Amino acid sequence: MVNIVWLLMILLGFLAAALFGELEAASQAALDGAKYAVELCIGLLGIYALWLGLMKVAEKSGLVEAISRKMRRLMALLFPTVPSGHPAMGAMTMNIIANMLGLGNAATPLGIKAIHELQSINRDKETATHDMCMFLIINTSSVQLIPTTVIALRSAAGSLNPGEIIGTALIATTCSTLVGIVAAKIFRRYHP
Amino acid sequence: MIEIIKILSIVAIPGFIVFVLGYGYIKKINVYDTFIEGAKEGLSTVTRIFPYMVAIFLAIGVFRTSGAMDVLVKLISPITNLLGIPAEILPLALMRPVSGIASTGILGELFKTHGPDSFIGRVASTMMGATETIFYTLSIYFGAVGIKKIRYTLWGALLADITGLLVAIVICQIVFGS
Repeated sequence: MVNIVWLLMILLGFLAAALFGELEAASQAALDGAKYAVELCIGLLGIYALWLGLMKVAEKSGLVEAISRKMRRLMALLFPTVPSGHPAMGAMTMNIIANMLGLGNAATPLGIKAIHELQSINRDKETATHDMCMFLIINTSSVQLIPTTVIALRSAAGSLNPGEIIGTALIATTCSTLVGIVAAKIFRRYHP
Repeated sequence: MIEIIKILSIVAIPGFIVFVLGYGYIKKINVYDTFIEGAKEGLSTVTRIFPYMVAIFLAIGVFRTSGAMDVLVKLISPITNLLGIPAEILPLALMRPVSGIASTGILGELFKTHGPDSFIGRVASTMMGATETIFYTLSIYFGAVGIKKIRYTLWGALLADITGLLVAIVICQIVFGS
């Protein structure tokens, strides 16, 4: 998918550039883009290191585990067919927490582990269970408390107050996650 | 309410840092060494995303400067105008569910063009922070265990995504004013 979108953007871009007489500007943009990627990555370097350092402290101190114990009841409500204490619950909790903390790189391996555990209690191996659907809808609806990447990008771009969007993003993401959960619960009823 | 959101935004990062480090100290772990251990991963993470960034900035740079983006935005703007979505945001809203890295690139582009503290910059940031990549996540996760029938997952995910986009615009108008 990304493969085709990417190729089309470049091909159609140069085609349009030729039509509109913007070929020179387009090739300049291509080179500028590569240069900007370097600048941006240097800006991100320090901020990623900061968050990954904090995440490691939260992990080692047992904070992550303590939160996952607190979330046990909520998890049982969201995933009623997963037996309590099943490894799938732990993996899903950790994945959702990593997502909440905005650590996509930490969240993905945990999420893969979780879906493997869910598959182990799935009777039809080719069809997603309701719990899998719920888990992925929550995952893709973003439950991030602090959008760290966005803040990093804002600060790299010279924002005067990079964190000012935390509140607005929190409200928007809460609404989207709630709609996702409600939708999954309703769909569940009509998909026996 | 708006004041609370602004205060929350200001105290969130220092509060989080103090809480995590304080908790680590109480639990008697060596917070400094542990922090360093985690921070080392920063470099490898950035190294991993760097080639994607170059690829995306290349494609977006060409697509935008050539005028191809303007054509696409014009084609779909009648529908999105009805929903009150600013035209400049459209490329981001379209790319967000498809690719996280591509939409990060578009966000960077928007910051470069409009500035991170402009209304467009703030709406884009809110949108980016409130939504997730859908197609990538679904294909990676379901692909990993060989699930072929994903049932209602995509529809639920898209519904949540669209909610996030629309709420982002409305809440930014209320908090920051247009």
